Amino acid sequence: MTGEHPQSAVTAVEAAFRRAAAVGAGADELNLLLWTDRDRALADARALDQRGDRAGALHGVPYVAKDNIATLHLPTTCGSRILEGYVSPYESTAVRRMREAGAVLIGKTNMDEFAMGSSTEHSAYGPARNPLDPSRVPGGSSGGSAAAVAAGIVRIALGSETGGSVRQPAAFCGVVGVKPTYGRVSRYGLVAFASSLDQIGVFGTSVHDAAIALEVIAGRDAFDSTSAEHPVDRYGEAATTSLDGVVIGRPREYFPDSLDRGVAARCERALEALRACGATITDVSLPHTALAIPVYYIIAPAEASSNLARFDGVRYGLRVEGTDGLRAMYRTTRSRGFGAEVTRRVLLGTFVLSAGYYDAYYRKAQEVRTLIARDFRSVFRGGVHALFTPTVPTPAFALGAKAHDPYAMYLSDIFTATANLAGVPAMSVPIGRVDGLPVGGQIIAPHFDEAGMFRVAFALERALGAEAHR
Amino acid sequence: MAVRLDDLRHVMELAHLELPEERTAELLAQLNDILAHMEELRAVDTSGVPPAAGVGDAPLPLRVDEGPSVPLARPLAAFAPATRDGFLLVPRLATHEGVGNDASGDDA
Repeated sequence: MTGEHPQSAVTAVEAAFRRAAAVGAGADELNLLLWTDRDRALADARALDQRGDRAGALHGVPYVAKDNIATLHLPTTCGSRILEGYVSPYESTAVRRMREAGAVLIGKTNMDEFAMGSSTEHSAYGPARNPLDPSRVPGGSSGGSAAAVAAGIVRIALGSETGGSVRQPAAFCGVVGVKPTYGRVSRYGLVAFASSLDQIGVFGTSVHDAAIALEVIAGRDAFDSTSAEHPVDRYGEAATTSLDGVVIGRPREYFPDSLDRGVAARCERALEALRACGATITDVSLPHTALAIPVYYIIAPAEASSNLARFDGVRYGLRVEGTDGLRAMYRTTRSRGFGAEVTRRVLLGTFVLSAGYYDAYYRKAQEVRTLIARDFRSVFRGGVHALFTPTVPTPAFALGAKAHDPYAMYLSDIFTATANLAGVPAMSVPIGRVDGLPVGGQIIAPHFDEAGMFRVAFALERALGAEAHR
Repeated sequence: MAVRLDDLRHVMELAHLELPEERTAELLAQLNDILAHMEELRAVDTSGVPPAAGVGDAPLPLRVDEGPSVPLARPLAAFAPATRDGFLLVPRLATHEGVGNDASGDDA
């Protein structure tokens, strides 16, 4: 990527801010960027230019990060009132690695509050809009990051995944979105939602941009004991046009009769392109796929109810004093600080963990999660190198269309939550449009085979060419 | 119906959350609607299937019980109105004014 950015870091950062203004990224229009500090970003860029060397893989490249990733100088509010004005005293490992690679942070992006949502409508700072059609959602929960890339403000963005929060908005906005293997990227400084599912992911305008960004942030980190020792491959070097010898599974559960016909047609065209690259396409079955949503919506809220207990008015951000001592202060602070969706999920999670219900819900969900993980292990051990599926069953929906039906919104994650539950890497790449709206194709690979996943993505991107965006 | 009004009130107490009465009824309906979709899990035979204990094939790595010191951008004293003996002192609740020892933290 450095070779494609001959201009100075200052020029690149100024261009990003100019583009943000031109597309209306602010609160009154698309509402993509929550917090920016132009002077600091320019100062960082100036320092890079003065340093002279261009050694970093992302030297002088402006980027944005989701608002649940800790940064030193911009607020980290998770799109919530309860953290309004909160500035972290330390930075996340991913942001530190981006800085050390020469990337310049220009802003924090809008998101569903505490990453709970699939549309970026559940932000305390107002909904974000899809730059390709402002009457539609950009997807979520990392909607602001996906949209910032789609709008051409930046080429790279950081987001986070718990059940599809990078891949789903990437599909809705027509950009590349990657969820790495659980443990591939340090979660240090990522505000916890559901710790057994959370991963920081990347967005890119192209497969190469996303590959380089992941290469920069991946790898073991002493601050996160769940980060893996596994070596980091050179994902950017996986670029190929040939998939000779590669076996790609087409899981029948991801192509139900109810699938949007336009999405189904784009997927079949993408499979055809993969076949033309030399890949063998084979039908496979992941029989527990349909159970992913009930399992996910038990486990994620359960973990969230514990993780979000720390927001109590004592340690962070908002504090609303009650009239009746400490517990009343906790209650009033949390009740005023959390929005409707976070409240709903914290109560759901508390319920499924409560005495008398734990075995029926939480334990059962963890058992079925084992079956979902076994589905993946079984197809990958059977000689399949990667899976290809639609990322989301439909293109981007209209703002407000699912706002009053929580479960309808949850179903938006039906093809993405499985990879989080199994911990495998997955990514969404643009594969065409339906009525002008982008469609994403999902590539899923075995644990820590991001290089194999990128290889398929590179080949697909080159085979589809301009067709991926029309 | 999986959740009754009493259950919801109990769970709200556990989670330190409160809601106006009209929202409680709406939330009760929503939670029951969501939990109705979870019922399909009951039909899955999981006898002999262990609950997932982690992600992936490898167990979580163990480390020695010490870690690198966390690099902070601001001194410890900047985290709270006051500190004492390395502890943070947070604002006293208005309802507890005058109760117990002085916690003004004037040695911060």
